[in-house]
Amino acid sequence: MGGLQKKKYESGSATNYISRNKARKKLSLSLADFRRLCILKGIYPHEPKHKKKVNKGSTAQRTFYLLKDIRFLMHEPIVGKFREYKIFVRKLRKAYGKAEWGTAEKLRGNKPGYKLDHIIKERYPTFIDALRDVDDALSMCFLFSTFPRTGKCHVQTIELCRRLSVEWMNYIITLRSLRKVFLSIKGIYYQAEVLGQIITWLVPYQFAHDHPTDVDYRVMATFTELYTTLLGFINFRLYQTLNLVYPPKVTHSQPAVMLHFDLLSEFGFYCSLLSLSKLSALSASLVRVVSTAEAEEAELDHFPAEGEDGEKLAERLKARQDQDRQEKLFEGLKFFLNREVPRESLAFVLRCFGAQVSWDKSLCIGSTYDVTDETITHHVVDRPSLEKQYINRYYVQPQWVYDCVNARMLLPVEDYFVGVTLPPHLSPFVEEKEGDYVPPEKLKLLALQKGERPEEEEDNDDSEEEEDEDQSDDEDELKGMEEKQASSVKVTPGEAKPVNRQRAEQEAKAEEKRLAVMMMKKRDKYLYDKIMFGKKRSVREANKMSAKRKALDEASKANKKKKLKK
Amino acid sequence: SVGRGGACTTSAPSLHITFSLSLSLSLSLSLSLSLSLSLSLAFCSQDIRNTVGNIPMEWYKDYPHIGYDLDGKKIFKPIRNKDELDEFLDKMENPDYWRTIHDKMTGTDVCLSDEQVDLVHRLQQGKFGDVNFNEYEPAIDFFSNEVMIHPVTNRPADKRSFIPSLIEKEKVGKLVHAIKMGWIKPRRPKETAPQYYDLWAKEDPNAILGRHKMHIPAPKMRLPGHEESYNPPPEYLLTDEERQVWEQQDPDERKLSFLPQKYLSLRAVPAFSRFIQERFERCLDLYLCPRQRKMRVNVNPEDLIPKLPRPRDLQPFPTLQSLVYHGHSSLIRSISISPSGQWLVSGSDDCTVRFWEVCTTRCLKTMEVGGPVKSVAWNPAPSISLVAVSYGENVILVNPGLGDRLICSATDQLISSYEEPEEVKDQQVQWAVPEGKAQEQGQRLILTHPKAVKQVSWHGRGDYLACVMPDDGSSLQVVIHQVSRRRTQNPFHRNKGAVQCVSFHPSRPYFLVATQRYVRVYNLIKQELTKKLMANCKWISSMAVHPGGDNVICGSYDCRLAWFDLDLSTKPYKVLRHHKKALRGVAYHKHYPLFASGSDDGTVIVCHGMVYNDLLQNPLIVPVKVLKGHIITHDLGVLDVAFHPTQPWVFSSGADGTVRLFT
Repeated sequence: MGGLQKKKYESGSATNYISRNKARKKLSLSLADFRRLCILKGIYPHEPKHKKKVNKGSTAQRTFYLLKDIRFLMHEPIVGKFREYKIFVRKLRKAYGKAEWGTAEKLRGNKPGYKLDHIIKERYPTFIDALRDVDDALSMCFLFSTFPRTGKCHVQTIELCRRLSVEWMNYIITLRSLRKVFLSIKGIYYQAEVLGQIITWLVPYQFAHDHPTDVDYRVMATFTELYTTLLGFINFRLYQTLNLVYPPKVTHSQPAVMLHFDLLSEFGFYCSLLSLSKLSALSASLVRVVSTAEAEEAELDHFPAEGEDGEKLAERLKARQDQDRQEKLFEGLKFFLNREVPRESLAFVLRCFGAQVSWDKSLCIGSTYDVTDETITHHVVDRPSLEKQYINRYYVQPQWVYDCVNARMLLPVEDYFVGVTLPPHLSPFVEEKEGDYVPPEKLKLLALQKGERPEEEEDNDDSEEEEDEDQSDDEDELKGMEEKQASSVKVTPGEAKPVNRQRAEQEAKAEEKRLAVMMMKKRDKYLYDKIMFGKKRSVREANKMSAKRKALDEASKANKKKKLKK
Repeated sequence: SVGRGGACTTSAPSLHITFSLSLSLSLSLSLSLSLSLSLSLAFCSQDIRNTVGNIPMEWYKDYPHIGYDLDGKKIFKPIRNKDELDEFLDKMENPDYWRTIHDKMTGTDVCLSDEQVDLVHRLQQGKFGDVNFNEYEPAIDFFSNEVMIHPVTNRPADKRSFIPSLIEKEKVGKLVHAIKMGWIKPRRPKETAPQYYDLWAKEDPNAILGRHKMHIPAPKMRLPGHEESYNPPPEYLLTDEERQVWEQQDPDERKLSFLPQKYLSLRAVPAFSRFIQERFERCLDLYLCPRQRKMRVNVNPEDLIPKLPRPRDLQPFPTLQSLVYHGHSSLIRSISISPSGQWLVSGSDDCTVRFWEVCTTRCLKTMEVGGPVKSVAWNPAPSISLVAVSYGENVILVNPGLGDRLICSATDQLISSYEEPEEVKDQQVQWAVPEGKAQEQGQRLILTHPKAVKQVSWHGRGDYLACVMPDDGSSLQVVIHQVSRRRTQNPFHRNKGAVQCVSFHPSRPYFLVATQRYVRVYNLIKQELTKKLMANCKWISSMAVHPGGDNVICGSYDCRLAWFDLDLSTKPYKVLRHHKKALRGVAYHKHYPLFASGSDDGTVIVCHGMVYNDLLQNPLIVPVKVLKGHIITHDLGVLDVAFHPTQPWVFSSGADGTVRLFT
């Protein structure tokens, strides 16, 4: 009775959301600019609970943003910069059209730019927030730094990406915080732990890219713009926490290089180029602000956290020790990289664990010793055979280094010698739960980590074979017996079937459960069936894998035997 | 056209075309050249000349003349009646054919002279038409670096070249003024490298904007598994079949977005071709995907299973198949147990009724009847030994003559003591007393119905017998017979739907009628509908009433068993979906809290169904045993189940022609 009639779609969820086109109009931006703004500000669409209500009764496909988000974007100063840039482009076009080169030059000199500092600060109010999101930034920077210096994007961007990624790698080396490395077919995954944050990034192999046509490079470039700013600030902060000079400088241990460097330092450009390349060689340590010799790490006191008992504390302590040991994995070892191995990746990984690395002088700047150095302990080679070999060093394939890092121990080098078929390279990121398939190599590795010596496989094989033969002998005998029995029919006293108590009990329990499952509610039954289906599927998959492995192993064994016989 | 010129020197037949082409080209290119050419052409021909000018010649196509001469007379086209053969002959015989061209303007054939051919050749080669023209005459360098004593021009210098410019002065003055006023600033050096500083120097974790409170950080990328390794264990590589399946799948459906590969060494690993795409897809995910927090409840499936009392604690109930009664050759539709629990009667589709001793599985008596037996029912009164058997349209009451002789003779006496009343009413059912062999076999009364009888059901006292003749919508579907008075009555004027089965209430004067979807409870004394139970199923097959009288179970063809509590609601208290196939028979035990259901999947499921006297406590229903034994024949399994009246034993009859006893 009375009162104003309530109209539809004037309150509730219909007013909380705004479609993309409307948002764009509200901000009076072009779609490309709107996209750029969303990327920079980290605004993403929202899926309304009742799409039809929000869509004012229509069921057309639309992207919805929260109205609050769009209002928040309206206050962004960068929107004004976008408009300025649009005007700049228009003026420039006009000047070019009129062939007013002077005006064009002047305009180009006053090209409007913008900074993303405030956006970074706003999106990541604390440093830890920023570190948590650095994964994608790193992957993107590493990808862009491998792009050719022509085409696709600005040279400055590529160089900046290269610089930032090299800075990051140097920081990781100095902190020694690399934890895991994985050689995948896509590229090399690295995982580091920085200030308690686990950071994983992917670096492509050093090859030229064939640029795909179905990729919008503008979107990628916008992301890179944001990521380079973010990474720059993160690097600065990280270097500051370690008392390192930023932008980083390399300590010069060799006077010859120093002289060379001084000579060149007259030309600023060459200097920056050279310092970057020196830095990217990853072979020297960085200059510290406070020039103290290796700051001794203070013994950390351990306080038990709240609600932590002795066992947990001990566990934590042990983990800490393990980590320390891992950080000093390659300490005291001297590596030489042959020219066909991925130098940057190996130098990075080896230096992260305290090894000394060098390579051929002609390969890259920053080599510290020669092949002929007698103190070299490991020579990393990736070719089928080597002509000249030194006696007092191991020649290993690059996978050894990565496997050692993932295993947190020095693995036996025999499996990784030159020309040897390599053992499989396992992902260190997989943590098998109960019931999952665990490849036998992983089991072997776990045993090794526990300190068990691997049994000699060949002996095992032999003994198995013998057993097999024994078994077959037994079978033959049995067959003979059966035949004999078949010939003379006899009535033998029947044996009492042994009642398997345990089995019976199990069966009873299983039936009990089955009956209880019958009494489930429909809703619960649905959920239960779903869970059980998932479980069964995972078990099935694990079984399939192990069966596959078994078949493969048998096939390879048979092959070996054949070869031996030949 | 140079190439074509080259061709014209080698092959004569193609000359004609090439010449005309090059000629028209040159005509259109330069006017003077064409003028001279046409003049020379005109000179060459006799006196036919073009008087119409440069017009499209098809205007004169249909006329015999082209234009007019000075006297206003028509200039006629030369008569042309050459066909292709003439053309060919001309080509073969005329030595000048190659230099003859057709002049469209006048419609005449013109033979080119030697000079003209030469001119055409020169033009084709890109040379000047005039032979004597020298194109490389020595150039005279007027403005050279050499200073000569005489100026090239003798013009005196302007005044403006030696006095300062006013305009420039004004301009400079303006600039100076602007610089002085600070309007023009020196150009700032461009910032090339971004400046970094400690952005989080004064970080305040509390100063988080409102938007960022509900901000959901993007999920991290999935970490790679063993299959992504460049040198994975061999079992992670796809076999040929798996690879084919992978290739045929839609890219969105694939479990792995890439094919696992094995390389023998690190140097053999190529670049990943989809690297940039994958990174781009990640970018798209970051800014285009709506984010949502999904609460994943970690449910332990064991917790979902209801906590029921253990079946062991609910004993006794039948657990083992102990006896099998062989004898029938076709499926056994119905079984019934004598109230003493000593005898069993079974009716089968092989048109026989067999009487068995329960403990010994011995068939004591076989009675052949005139059709497949649909239903048998033993009179529940212990003082009467009478079995109702329905086949076709008949129901016979049989005194099997088993057990106590006294009871048997008493039953016979009871039936024979009937005296016909004075006024005989016309009844729809004929009551007849069999004679001869049938009488010897034990048949005492034959009731002939107008329609086929499907089910018979005794009242608890043993005097009333209800028969069901299912026929949708008919008013005569259920009849109730009173045996002692040989009287038949039709309790319903009208039936709704096809009646499936009926049952008397064990203690109250209620009569339950199950149609396809509902069970109606009628009060026989008040003659009114008391309750209508909705079974929530498509087609009720069987029904049983709890001996306490407050609960009813209904089995249905859509695999459900519905338990009704008559005091609670008209909807089922519980619906059990234990069977995989249609239920055929349900039964309650008389004393023990047990009920059983038989189904087409060949199983009998025995449940513990405890009914409490306390009205507040709900019945406890626990399935206790799944009994298997019957062989499924023609997609039929168990057809009927019945409990022993005193022991916790259950009988089941099946389509395989056996009755089985589970104890």
